[in-house]
Amino acid sequence: MRRQSVLVLYLSNSALDSAVVGWSRYDGTGRERHMAGDSEEPPYRTGLDALKDGWRLFQASQLNPHIPGAEFDVSYLKYEFWFEQLEEIVP
Amino acid sequence: MTGLPLLSAHQMASFAARGFLRLDAVVPDDVNRQFLDEVGQVAAPEPGRKLRAAYGRMLAEADIPETPAGVPLARAYAQGSALARMLELPVVAGAIRSLVGDNPLFDHHFLHVTFPPAYHEASGGENVSQHTHQDSTIDPRRAFDVQIMYYPHAVTLEMGGTRFIPGTHLRKVSEAALARYQNIRGQQHMVCEAGTLLFLHSGVWHGGGVNRSDRTRTMFKIRMNPREPQVRKFDVATLEPQDRQRPIFYLKGPQPPSVEQILMTPEPWFEDDTGRLEMVNRVKLWRYLTGDDSYDADYWLTRLENLAAA
Repeated sequence: MRRQSVLVLYLSNSALDSAVVGWSRYDGTGRERHMAGDSEEPPYRTGLDALKDGWRLFQASQLNPHIPGAEFDVSYLKYEFWFEQLEEIVP
Repeated sequence: MTGLPLLSAHQMASFAARGFLRLDAVVPDDVNRQFLDEVGQVAAPEPGRKLRAAYGRMLAEADIPETPAGVPLARAYAQGSALARMLELPVVAGAIRSLVGDNPLFDHHFLHVTFPPAYHEASGGENVSQHTHQDSTIDPRRAFDVQIMYYPHAVTLEMGGTRFIPGTHLRKVSEAALARYQNIRGQQHMVCEAGTLLFLHSGVWHGGGVNRSDRTRTMFKIRMNPREPQVRKFDVATLEPQDRQRPIFYLKGPQPPSVEQILMTPEPWFEDDTGRLEMVNRVKLWRYLTGDDSYDADYWLTRLENLAAA
């Protein structure tokens, strides 16, 4: 039986080999419970390092034009990359 | 002159840039003890009893008033109560005056208690940290509210003190929409002595930590609103005149300490491009706080405002 583990990396620009500034983990195998504030150092230096370690990229945030009049507004982290690993578990 | 110890220009610039001011162990022990007495004790964990029930009873029985939103902060707490005594401390009153001006309004308050594992085991719930969020709702104002987090007892790392991410206060987001961000470079966790206060700009992203110790952790939050523009409320006598712009990019050595140096210091989580927008927005906030519409740091707004009109 397979379960999905998810890694979300927030990078410093749209390049996958740019530096990680934020990270989240969700472990569908139930072996680990990750939560807000649970680590101080990112699991990888860059998104590319996650690929090299076997994570499979399945979504990247889009680059959108800036809304006229709101060009200097800042809101959510901009460069979000979703990775997965499928792991076998014993039912 | 107010006679209060107001924040210096450098302290104010740091708040403008990072969105927080930390005052360690400024509340005397007798006030801390009085506050904890007024809060009272939470019932011991009991198998099958929901944690919410024990917490609800604690909130109901605490000697802390239900106070309507919008009343003057100065009238929110009874004379002689621990919270009135805390707010009257000159260092606290001076910081409040510097950040939100005179006679701010009381918005709301809350007694935040995080419970040790025994309570969660007894009630069948999971012991997890609070999702990171920005309080209230989307807030597009330049003006801002201030939240005081009061830690009446010492907080260890194991107790899961408030987590916050410096420099996030200028981001326009919608409450827990950002909850998927578990960890952000530069995040801080409150570990402090009893009587510590954390003043937060109302926009700072934060959340409660997970308590893995053997005792409850108590924090009391008070939110307040300014009633007048937050302009030149800090100790403006410490504001040095800016006679020219600093050199930028091509620098032959470290720059001397200054308001500009503080405002232009990035956070570890800044993205390459939006990190520059953060600088633009910090300059705009400093213009508001100083009442100087021509202020700039490192040429960010001067460049954008040069329309090169004939």
